[in-house]
Amino acid sequence: MPNITNILVCGIGGQGVMTATEILSEAAIAEGHDVKKTEVAGMSQRGGVVTSHLRFGPKVLSPQIAPGTADVLLGFEAAEALRWAHYLKPGALALVNDARLVPPVVELGLFKYPDDPIGEMKARGVRTVSFDAATLARDLGDLRLGNTVMLGAIADQLPFSAEVLLDCIVKRFARKGEQVVEANRRAFAAGRAAAQAAAPATA
Amino acid sequence: MAAVMPAPAASRLLMSGNEAVARAVWEAGTKVCAGYPGTPATEMLEALSAYPDLYTEWSVNEKVSLEVAIGASMMGARAFCAMKHVGLNVAADPLMTLTLTGVEGGLVIAVADDVGMSSSQNEQDSRFWGRFAHVPMLEPSDSQEACDMARYAFELSEEYQVPVILRLTSRICHVKGLVKVGERFAHQPKGFSKNAERWVMVPGHAKRRIPLMLAREQELKRFSDRTPLNVLEPGSDRRVAFVTSGPAYMHVRESFPDAPVLKLGLSYPWPLEKVAQLAEMADTLVVVEETEPLLENELKAAGFAAHGKDFLPRMGELAPEVVKPAVARLLRKEASPAPESATPLPPLFPRPPTLCASCPHMGVYYTLSQLKNLTISGDIGCYTLGAGHPWNSLDSTICMGASMGIALGMDKGRGEADKNKKVLAVIGDSTFMHMGMQGLLDITWNRGNVTVLLLDNGTVGMTGGQNTPANGRDIRGQGAPRIDFRKLIEALGVKPERIHEVDPYQLPVLFKTVREEVKIDDVSVIITNRPCVLIEEFKPFKPYVVQEDKCTGCGNCVEVGCPAIHVTRRDRVLKPSGKEVDLAFTRIDSVACTGCGLCVQPCAPEAIVHYEPVMPRIVVQPV
Repeated sequence: MPNITNILVCGIGGQGVMTATEILSEAAIAEGHDVKKTEVAGMSQRGGVVTSHLRFGPKVLSPQIAPGTADVLLGFEAAEALRWAHYLKPGALALVNDARLVPPVVELGLFKYPDDPIGEMKARGVRTVSFDAATLARDLGDLRLGNTVMLGAIADQLPFSAEVLLDCIVKRFARKGEQVVEANRRAFAAGRAAAQAAAPATA
Repeated sequence: MAAVMPAPAASRLLMSGNEAVARAVWEAGTKVCAGYPGTPATEMLEALSAYPDLYTEWSVNEKVSLEVAIGASMMGARAFCAMKHVGLNVAADPLMTLTLTGVEGGLVIAVADDVGMSSSQNEQDSRFWGRFAHVPMLEPSDSQEACDMARYAFELSEEYQVPVILRLTSRICHVKGLVKVGERFAHQPKGFSKNAERWVMVPGHAKRRIPLMLAREQELKRFSDRTPLNVLEPGSDRRVAFVTSGPAYMHVRESFPDAPVLKLGLSYPWPLEKVAQLAEMADTLVVVEETEPLLENELKAAGFAAHGKDFLPRMGELAPEVVKPAVARLLRKEASPAPESATPLPPLFPRPPTLCASCPHMGVYYTLSQLKNLTISGDIGCYTLGAGHPWNSLDSTICMGASMGIALGMDKGRGEADKNKKVLAVIGDSTFMHMGMQGLLDITWNRGNVTVLLLDNGTVGMTGGQNTPANGRDIRGQGAPRIDFRKLIEALGVKPERIHEVDPYQLPVLFKTVREEVKIDDVSVIITNRPCVLIEEFKPFKPYVVQEDKCTGCGNCVEVGCPAIHVTRRDRVLKPSGKEVDLAFTRIDSVACTGCGLCVQPCAPEAIVHYEPVMPRIVVQPV
């Protein structure tokens, strides 16, 4: 489909993947796009894999992004970004929180967590920008800001200005008071700066 | 949830299919809405409970929810019920006779199929109900259509005096899209008219209704060719013409923008003339339908040379990446190759759903995993996860409430090989009230020897924490009569001395109670009494931490199965006895830990202590 932007957001249940994609959807709507957003929820709340597909443009038909067609991948967890890297278009960009969240089946010794998921992505030729969203959030005083850090990281990869996205975040937190709004502004700026700083020279 | 002011008409809102259906049900002036939680249908009733001027309820099961809707319809009110695909199996009994009486006030049944099986025990195709019950079936393709069709379904229902099934799938229920909403229509119930020949379905009356039902179906078949719900979209590509419905329509349209397509909004009865017109438009006729080759077989029976499941998958979703290459193969044409980067990796580790940190079920499954010679029938809910690692403690799961009857059958059917096995059943509070009570009655009446573990966590956990008769709140969170399990179970014939209420965080008590009760040749019920960690009743405790210098790597805490426990280092040592032992040294993620203390109890070296100072706790998992 021409003129359709495909954004894939992935992570694990409870990380805020669906909320982040919802805010991205609101920004696309504010820009006048038709929007479809899909994920399969169900059991994902219990630490399962979560992927959220966001498609926007003049008119969106199928809500699902096909492998090899995503314009950007926003990964909330290192191995999850690797798991979904093949959804990216050739040469497209992955923005990845380098946190490693290890599930009980790995702790029990039944499966292995990859040694270097970010390195594997790069070895596959994916343009990968990674950063430590949790530390950035913690430095700003609240781990829950990690979600906004992630949105800041993707802000310069959208077909509209970063301010449109920031406005949607501000609107969402407005009723929680100026302090919360300000913390989210700082988290957004930190995510943006982290993605810019970590961008590969070829980007 | 208190009623909120709905968005004004003509607003464009980002809505899931479930939210869009709820909006339409409210707009249609519906008076009574009922359902039972089940993925992917849950949010329809949840969203409806926030609308003003209508009655909503969580029913105890889907059969009751449909019966509530039928009663309201008899009074002339518009009525709605929603359920997941397997829910309609439960509600099939009233449906199959409702189709004979017909309806008075519009009655719409939304049924949501879990195509791809994200959270279900099977993947059945609810489109069969249209044929089986001789009722019309509407299939929206996105949120806007879900809203428009749900609203229209009430009119159709009243026009033909027929219950209408709105068939959704996960890819409608949980996809968000823009929806332009409409005005609310004020619908007044006409009032009940006594008419035993219509409403009292004894054989003599029912016989006279069957020809009416069949005539109605024929009229609907003619209507299907007239209605704009069934759209014939001509196209310039004459190689393949598609018949499709629901989300598959979007996948087909996306994949083959120039092909002729017959989009079925009213998918049963389907429009014969429109199919014939479509067949003229291309060399090959293909039915793209998810799961069963239902329409394909019907088209073939009607004389059309239709393709479908001869080259498309019989299970799962038919997304563009599935349909496109499959059609190319049918046309013996090379599909345009997917980019090399689109090849998936060799599979990574899985992330099966896990029980939450501090989940009270964890204590139960840890206990069961430490006992031998048990055969355990399980049930539907979060606690089905007890079948997984590390507990491996459930031996069967079939359907809602089945743990009871299956346990009795295991007890009665056992031969010499199982004579020393103890039979247990594990069931949650909501599942017990849904369909488990009758099974327990069967066990007591027929003198079964079963130990029942009733895991009362005060909510429907797996679907997101809906209220139940066990927590004393209704769908809107208002106070409601609370069921006393002890009294109920006693009334079902279990002896008072065989009923135990146990704190599932107290492992020694739980262990002792289970071990003693399985030895007794009688029915016992052990009720666990801690709330689900996702509901307001749950109060977190102080988190724990592993003292590194004291951890001996015994790995006992890992066996509890808590997602907050992580292995930091593994080792293998040779014991003086000559036996090799694997060691796993651990840490506790103190941010995720809510301090239930389950891991503290099996810790041999007492290395697990409270984490000081107490930090502000964040329930959501940080990135």
